[in-house]
Amino acid sequence: MSGDTRHGVGVSPGTAVGPVVQVAPPVRPPADEPAPTDAGAATDQVLEALAAVAADLDARAEAADAHAQPIIKATAMIARDKGLAKAAGKLVGAGAGPAHAIAAAVEEYAAQFEALGGYFAERVTDLKDVGNRAIAVVLGVPAPGVPALSEPSVIVADDLAPAETAALDRSRVVAIVTAAGGRTSHTAILAAQMGIPAVVQVQGATHIPAGTRVAVDGDAGEVTLDPDMALIEAQRERRERRAAALAGVAGPGTTSDGHAVALLANIGGVDDAVAAGAQDLEGVGLFRTEFVYLSAHAMPSVEDQAEIYRQVLAPFPGRRVVVRTLDAGADKPLAFADLGEEENPALGRRGLRLCQARPELIDSQLEALALAAQDTGADVRVMAPMVATAEEAAWFASRVAAAGLPKSGVMIEVPAAALRSRHVLAEVDFGSLGTNDLAQYTMATDRMAGELSDLLDPWQPAVLDVVAAACDGGTATGKPVGVCGESAGDPLLALVLAGLGVSSLSMAPSKVPAVKLALSLHTIDECRALAELARAARGAVDAREAVRAAASEELTAIL
Amino acid sequence: MAQRTVTIASSVGLHARPAALFVEAAQGTGLDVEIGRTGEDAVDATSILGVMALGAKHGEEVVLTADGDGADAALESLVALLSRDLDAEEG
Repeated sequence: MSGDTRHGVGVSPGTAVGPVVQVAPPVRPPADEPAPTDAGAATDQVLEALAAVAADLDARAEAADAHAQPIIKATAMIARDKGLAKAAGKLVGAGAGPAHAIAAAVEEYAAQFEALGGYFAERVTDLKDVGNRAIAVVLGVPAPGVPALSEPSVIVADDLAPAETAALDRSRVVAIVTAAGGRTSHTAILAAQMGIPAVVQVQGATHIPAGTRVAVDGDAGEVTLDPDMALIEAQRERRERRAAALAGVAGPGTTSDGHAVALLANIGGVDDAVAAGAQDLEGVGLFRTEFVYLSAHAMPSVEDQAEIYRQVLAPFPGRRVVVRTLDAGADKPLAFADLGEEENPALGRRGLRLCQARPELIDSQLEALALAAQDTGADVRVMAPMVATAEEAAWFASRVAAAGLPKSGVMIEVPAAALRSRHVLAEVDFGSLGTNDLAQYTMATDRMAGELSDLLDPWQPAVLDVVAAACDGGTATGKPVGVCGESAGDPLLALVLAGLGVSSLSMAPSKVPAVKLALSLHTIDECRALAELARAARGAVDAREAVRAAASEELTAIL
Repeated sequence: MAQRTVTIASSVGLHARPAALFVEAAQGTGLDVEIGRTGEDAVDATSILGVMALGAKHGEEVVLTADGDGADAALESLVALLSRDLDAEEG
């Protein structure tokens, strides 16, 4: 018999079995670290810690594949750096404890790299990783982050930060389980990108002993400890059925009676673009451009921006790429456009509101995009985030036209824009529903509050009502309305969205085949009927169950 | 003291892999080698963090200095290294 089963929220579909590898939490120098009584001994402690980290990284480099090896070797070089050791030694001489001295020496270099921006700023992660490992050695605690993986494993953590997963050996991760996190957390996005199952909000996950075999079910949101053969077999059968069903789907997204629903990719960088470009999908429905700006300390030049956009657009000549213009603000502050602290960043000057305060930001971005579009032949359509009113939509459309770009659109993520979509869409060429933020603002629930996941469920009928209002405006104005939130990648919800009148669905590329299959098994009228069922339901769970019960069995058998 | 001026050929500047190759070569000389911009404080060429913090970009001129036996020959080899596009040479 299987051991106990823990329930959480499934955020990336599929099943997998493997041993647990616990991700140690980040370490910080203790607030009460005493000043060293013997500066010489404390300096030795710093040097020994750095040497131990270098030796450990060398050993990891030996075991790593050809791609990862030079990266790990370069990190080992940082641990062995004379300048870092000297800086930390100087701080110990000035009275700092060894852990604080390492942290402060790392900060000194990190600040210099961040000031340089671009490639240099990206190395800050490696530098901080070295510092954190050395501090862990000084404190005698496990090294933070993901340990070296010797076999296919299930990664378990309280929550995963982007920096912790950057060095992840993706070929050896079969599933991700976290105690915290939510539907739109980094873990969910990462797992979807990798096409592996993930379950978040699993109580006690961090206490599962390392090495325990667990079966992870990303559809049901379950983690079973010490699974028996019957469970593993059942999951394997479902996995094979699913693979067989999905192997047959190809071509553009369409319902069984030929109603087209374009299936597109969400991407956030050059690597994503290259990967998505190679897949059987119709283009990009959401290109998040923040990565171009977040690590820079000065506004990148138009030519620097254009060069990055050329790389992102290059895989898509003749295919559509919907670009979301800069979505920064108080929670994702830009060093060169900081409007100051805000009490409530999600409701403050973010997205288009920031760009209206600093029009030079949007103008240079649009100019760079126009250059890159011309050079690559991609069908570029730009859209603005955080639009609430028709006036804002008109302001954005005029900037886009001035830059010589052919099509402008708006993200519909503020309920006001959905309710007034007739007037908002009249100003632009298209709308795109950002269902993650739309749910946050409709349900008055912080996206980052993992424990409120149920309120953020995209099946909440209130959210579907708001989506329907946006689609009505699209029908009235003849403007297409798409969805680019993660909800577009849920095969059952995709049917509902198509039934509500959505004309394109953009998601993590790994989710496209299942959505394509779902559409191909239903007529558009059947999708409309499913949408009616969902909106008639009393709550999110009822809505999902009603749609599941009425959907094609050929689909539900593999979900 | 030996001194050479050289233009950074690596298309991405002196960072990551090119920086690591340069620092390894500087360490290999066994000498005290420094690298810097004309008129500015130089940094230790055997420190990867120092070299990266210099932030030398493609096409920028840098000055190398070294002291001791074989300093001239050592700098010649480092100049030759920086004159190649290290980022273009994969594997």
